[in-house]
Amino acid sequence: MSNVSSPNTAVAGAAPIKTSLSDGPRGRRPKRMLSRRNIMLYGILGVAALYYLLPLYVMVVTSLKGMPEIRLGNIFAPPMEITFEPWVKAWAEACTGLNCDGLSRGFWNSVRILIPSVVVSIAVASVSGYALANWRFKGSELFFSILIIGAFIPYQVMIYPIVIVLRNMGIYGTLTGLIVVHTIFGMPILTLLFRNYFASLPEELFKAARIDGAGFWQIYSRIMLPMALPIFVVAMILQVTGIWNDFLFGVVFTRPDTYPMTVQLNNIVNSVQGVKEYNVNMAATLLTGAVPLIVYFVSGRLFVRGIAAGAVKG
Amino acid sequence: MTDLSTFSPASTDSKYSVSVRDLTLSFGSLTVLGNLNLDIHDGEFLVLLGSSGCGKSTLLNCIAGLLEPTDGQIFINGRNVTWEEPKDRGIGMVFQSYALYPQMTVEKNLSFGLRVAGMPKEDIAKRVARAAAILQIEPLLQRKPAALSGGQRQRVAIGRALVRDVDVFLFDEPLSNLDAKLRSELRVEIKRLHQQLKNTMIYVTHDQIEALTLADRIAIMKSGVIQQLDDPVTIYNRPNNLFVAGFIGSPSMNFLRGDLVEEGGRIVFQTGGVSFSLDGYNASEPLTVGAKVVLGVRPEHIKVDRDVVGGEVHEAIVDIEEPMGADNLLWLKYAGQTMSVRIGGERRYKVGSKVKLGFDMTMASVFDAETETRL
Repeated sequence: MSNVSSPNTAVAGAAPIKTSLSDGPRGRRPKRMLSRRNIMLYGILGVAALYYLLPLYVMVVTSLKGMPEIRLGNIFAPPMEITFEPWVKAWAEACTGLNCDGLSRGFWNSVRILIPSVVVSIAVASVSGYALANWRFKGSELFFSILIIGAFIPYQVMIYPIVIVLRNMGIYGTLTGLIVVHTIFGMPILTLLFRNYFASLPEELFKAARIDGAGFWQIYSRIMLPMALPIFVVAMILQVTGIWNDFLFGVVFTRPDTYPMTVQLNNIVNSVQGVKEYNVNMAATLLTGAVPLIVYFVSGRLFVRGIAAGAVKG
Repeated sequence: MTDLSTFSPASTDSKYSVSVRDLTLSFGSLTVLGNLNLDIHDGEFLVLLGSSGCGKSTLLNCIAGLLEPTDGQIFINGRNVTWEEPKDRGIGMVFQSYALYPQMTVEKNLSFGLRVAGMPKEDIAKRVARAAAILQIEPLLQRKPAALSGGQRQRVAIGRALVRDVDVFLFDEPLSNLDAKLRSELRVEIKRLHQQLKNTMIYVTHDQIEALTLADRIAIMKSGVIQQLDDPVTIYNRPNNLFVAGFIGSPSMNFLRGDLVEEGGRIVFQTGGVSFSLDGYNASEPLTVGAKVVLGVRPEHIKVDRDVVGGEVHEAIVDIEEPMGADNLLWLKYAGQTMSVRIGGERRYKVGSKVKLGFDMTMASVFDAETETRL
């Protein structure tokens, strides 16, 4: 090997001394950045990104403009004078019906609905998914099938019966009632998620824990739970966004003073009295959408970390 | 049938470490184990051997209490444990996939069972230290399973059974996930461990080398029935039936199909125009003239050329030669059938050359062609 004096000049034909066949291509094949494939790929990605980002851009820009500027009609133009007035108004002053305390009331209602619903539904679903995956009981397959069918029944069908049930329980129109509804409707998909995850864990792990003398709850809390972090994050993302974005259940099962944020947003945007304040509407919409957005950003990283930490082959 | 799974000793006295009585296990209409009986002596190393799906792992899981039998009983140390939880049976188990708890360190993995049982901390530490010393895994105690090699993981898994201080060890194909070199190393270690601890060990495998090297007795299983239960030498040299004969040994035993005929007042075996005298064959049942039989001879029990001394001499043609280093395997064409012969690695033959053969009838097996049992 005498002609390897300049190993970094990988460009074909750059070798000054021609000795033998070994001068042919070697190592990694060079790739051109501006290939037809790359242009297509990045072009399509760029267009898709633009398609999704443009409306967001318009909303942000509009929410920072004053009404006179909006009336000029240049919706793509950046604001000449940035004002946060619409945001403040959306949060604290906008009127819905008789209340004029803005979206803040709906935000706190949503938080009060969200936290117990997410916690309870994930807790129940993870335990039942674990039981269905590892402790096969008589009729467990049937039970699971029924649960899955539940995921395919349109919500609208069940609204009226649920109203009656909640009324008879005395919790219709309260936050508790809505929390119960969210928890129950989260069950099919979450149980499926957890069952499949626990079923994918090696069965021998469960057997080993049983030989070691651990019972139902000990295996759940000390073996399964620590390994299930990624799926907990997935379930949390699903539930937080699903419950936060829910409109139907919110409008049906609560009263005006307990309306969640989405319902209140609708009432602000769709109010027919007075001038349409586009900037306030845009700000209100952005405020309402902020929570799921933040959840995606924060837990996306957690999710990846969770996979890296949890998916170690025993 | 000389099928040993159907013989049933009446008593369940405590000289047996593990006794399985009339065990039946079915999933719906599928019967995996049918009326199976098995007695394992105290301190014995018993290997359950069979191809996949023969019910060997199922049997082990039943003994461990991880599967509920449909019918029958299981005794461990003379105690009926049929309805007991796995932890109360006095067993430790090692799995093929190691099944270490990935989020716990090696030390926590070893002590998990003891912590669950609420044992005082000092006792736990003592037991973990002892197990770690026996298996030489002390430097690994603070590592997580992900940071261990396959062999180390399996050692930890054995340690987890060890700390439980149990009478019976169950191994479910513990070496199948390891590469060939590690497998033979750990095989020796398991044997040493057994000599040191003198526990009863039940070991499931599909690897006949593991079975022959480790076992005090081997139980060969096929479709949920024990075909033969004997020490390795007997299994190898006097297989009970055609299945056992063909399953054990690599390359497998040569089988010649033919008939028993009378020739000059003696019974001889006749196939494809040649006849064998059966002199020296130790028949367990009287041979009858006219019976259709299968003659089984292992490749190393056929003498070639210069080794042939006296007796009948047969001729065959070399078809393929497979040199394996220590020995040389010849595939021969003989009486219209193919047979393999094992000779010393230094003796080489050209394809197509003629060789003289001498059969060692004392080491041969004769099976009834219909019932496939040994005659």
